[in-house]
Amino acid sequence: MQMPEPDEGTVIRKSQIVADLGRIVPGEGVIHDEDELRAYESDGLTAYRQPPLIVVLPETVEQVSRVLAYCNENGIKVVPRGAGTSLSGGALPLADGIILGLGKFNRILEIDFENRCAVVQPGVTNLGITKAVEHEGFYYAPDPSSQIACSIGGNVAENSGGVHCLKYGLTTNNLLGLEMVLIDGTILRIGGKHLDSEGYDLLGLMTGSEGLLGVVTEVTVRILQKPATARALLLGFPTSEQGGDCVAAVIGAGIIPGGMEMMDRPAIHASDDFVQAGYPRDVEALLIVELDGPAAEVDYLIEQVVAIAREHGATYERVSQDEEERNRFWAGRKAAFPAVGRISPDYYCMDGTIPRKQLPLVLKRMREMSEQYGLGVANVFHAGDGNLHPLIMYDANQPGELERAEEFGADILKLCVEVGGVLTGEHGVGVEKRDLMGEMFNEIDLKQQQRVKCAFDPNALLNPGKVFPQLHRCAELGRMHIHRGQMPFPDLPRF
Amino acid sequence: MSQTFKPTSAEQTAELLTWAAGEEAPLEVIGTGSKRGLGRPIQTANGLDLSDLKGITLYEPAELVMTAGAGTPLSEIRAALAENRQELAFEPGDLGPLFGGPAGEGTIGGLVACNLAGPRRIKAGAARDHLLGFTAVSGRGEVFKSGGRVVKNVTGYDLSKLVTGSFGTLAALTEVTLKVLPAAEKARTLLLFGLDDRAAVAAMSRALGSAHEISGAAHLPPDIAKGSGVSYIAGAGGAVTALRLEGHGPSVEARLEALRGELKDLGQSEELHSKNTAALWREIADVTYLVEPADRVVWKVSVAPTHGPEVVAAITARVEARYLLDWGGGLILLSMPAGEGGWADELRGAVAKVGGHATLLRAPEALRRQISVFHPQPEPLAALTARVKDSFDPRRILNPGRMYSGV
Repeated sequence: MQMPEPDEGTVIRKSQIVADLGRIVPGEGVIHDEDELRAYESDGLTAYRQPPLIVVLPETVEQVSRVLAYCNENGIKVVPRGAGTSLSGGALPLADGIILGLGKFNRILEIDFENRCAVVQPGVTNLGITKAVEHEGFYYAPDPSSQIACSIGGNVAENSGGVHCLKYGLTTNNLLGLEMVLIDGTILRIGGKHLDSEGYDLLGLMTGSEGLLGVVTEVTVRILQKPATARALLLGFPTSEQGGDCVAAVIGAGIIPGGMEMMDRPAIHASDDFVQAGYPRDVEALLIVELDGPAAEVDYLIEQVVAIAREHGATYERVSQDEEERNRFWAGRKAAFPAVGRISPDYYCMDGTIPRKQLPLVLKRMREMSEQYGLGVANVFHAGDGNLHPLIMYDANQPGELERAEEFGADILKLCVEVGGVLTGEHGVGVEKRDLMGEMFNEIDLKQQQRVKCAFDPNALLNPGKVFPQLHRCAELGRMHIHRGQMPFPDLPRF
Repeated sequence: MSQTFKPTSAEQTAELLTWAAGEEAPLEVIGTGSKRGLGRPIQTANGLDLSDLKGITLYEPAELVMTAGAGTPLSEIRAALAENRQELAFEPGDLGPLFGGPAGEGTIGGLVACNLAGPRRIKAGAARDHLLGFTAVSGRGEVFKSGGRVVKNVTGYDLSKLVTGSFGTLAALTEVTLKVLPAAEKARTLLLFGLDDRAAVAAMSRALGSAHEISGAAHLPPDIAKGSGVSYIAGAGGAVTALRLEGHGPSVEARLEALRGELKDLGQSEELHSKNTAALWREIADVTYLVEPADRVVWKVSVAPTHGPEVVAAITARVEARYLLDWGGGLILLSMPAGEGGWADELRGAVAKVGGHATLLRAPEALRRQISVFHPQPEPLAALTARVKDSFDPRRILNPGRMYSGV
């Protein structure tokens, strides 16, 4: 993985830049000591490390604006960072760039229960929003598994999902407004507490833009009342095909569960060994189906789902009888990553999405690849929305294994695209999947995306080296080859 | 010479737009033109009619996904979904009659381009939340795609959001892929009577803040309720506040009972069964109440729900207006006599105090030329909007000026 060549001219000016930034963000807001910088050298994708030139931790939107304007004027690259939990290297620093950390933006500004929204600063954690509103029975729906740590600003940047997004949507479906700062220091407000920001949907564009378009300084999210009850079902199947068919049948019957997760045999065993979730160990596929809503609905749907599961050959079924049992069902799934971490020195988590019906084929091909690469793989899967998380097991201390794991991962993602899916469902492209973008998009598609980037950041200073495999200058992207002359298609129907 | 081109493929569309870019010859982009009355009027020598890019190319009910040519008639899409007891969950209204045309027209591409959404917006989102991917031709004459056919996808920028609601000013859509959802097994509407605007919004806030998953919350003042085709509402003799519950049978029954109990301090309530529920919410989605008199201007205002009543009060203090509140009070649909600049300054002044936007939904062409149809943007946002336009359509050949002058 190649990052853009560091600009020596910038690196040489470090002390001057530190002094200039110190005037904008006084006190301890500018970190430049090499030991302290090391704390920022990677994010949740720890395979890649690079200490930044400088870290800036502003406290006000005016400071953010002045820092960005300064960097823009001086050609200094900026990597925005929330909690640093990205699994795709979205916050990987640059040797010649500053990290703009939003950690000090950690206040909840307003809770408006009547309008069912909360206005928060970007450094507030995902779970922090729910904690702030749960005394009135509300919660913030998207729930990425890192929700204790990850920040809402990072969620906006990555369009984070979670196990409940089949029913309740991703971050993008749960936002109402943003305050953001462009690289030239312009402060913009998009949306508010009302629905549908008018004009171009910049709110939608910003969500999932991975810190390449602007820096979010305030977020207005929708909050929902918690469902009255939730119960979970464990369903075991002798083959993953049957499990996959059951998922399709549930949805085909008009049932949209609050969550529908699938695990394969290696993941079941690893999780069960780790947290004693009580999972059946003699099945090839385990489904966890959660139904939420009024008790009458939940009871009714559980019966329906059980009937569908039996039709599809389920050999194990168990319905949670109380909250404690429901939490235990989930405990195994939620501990799946660390559980795999226990049985393998290292693991590499992938994030492709596929059309649900392709699951059996993809699992089969993955097993073949696993043998071919000589590396184990365990699968957890947001079955309802087709989002796969294969965990490739490897040992970084064995020469060549990391590279093999990465190749294996790339092959899995290529397979996802081949069967009609996408490279990343919720973790983002970052640096990790950057060089695979060509599998999904052609040159024209990618250039159009980069032209949008140019509308926000013409000097490509915000998070360069992420998302796009090739950097083009905006002047080059804007060029148009004009072929004047004959009107095309003389026989085209005209009216 | 004025001509309208009707390409039959994305490639033909690209070749045409390459030519138009070279000639700097702007085009009016349309599906069937059913919503031509929405937006600023534009004058271009030529037109681009996308209605031959039609046909459902992929529909997998169990995968909840459909792909269709942008020019596919909405009626065809609705029929295919209905056969499988599915629907476009964002409940787009049929605005044909509001614009003086027939009902049942329009294309899926036009729907996406206008980002319409009906009463279920509060629960299910708008068109923007259901477009999974698309293929389009930019103003550079290049065919490009974005997104995919799966719901969970963060691969690259979400250009689906950007083209939705861009009124054909960024790219000519050629194919769209949408998320589709099962239609509710059962629907009921709880009716409350005689509430004024504030009391109605307070009641709707209570309902929407409950766990009962309200999928429609609207308030019809007395003169609007009187015009309903649903006899329970027309005969109520006063204002009617409606709360819709949808879902599986036992669930709807249970939630209805609970909601009725929680709101019993608001007086007698009634319920509408499936058929009347469908009729009522169709009227609200289609803004049927404001179709006549046809010479009045119609505005659509989006604010935080609790601010709905004060915006209404500010405007009704100045001019005789007929209005209804949807989205729990957050959407105000109102009609007023034309004249006085369509009351834009008064309305936008009131909206500015609380945050939100006001769109001139229906007005004579002259008025739409004279005042901003879409809410005016502050300078930095307007500048960014223009740059985004240029990133797709540098020669401004696609529907120039349809949203904002010069863009």
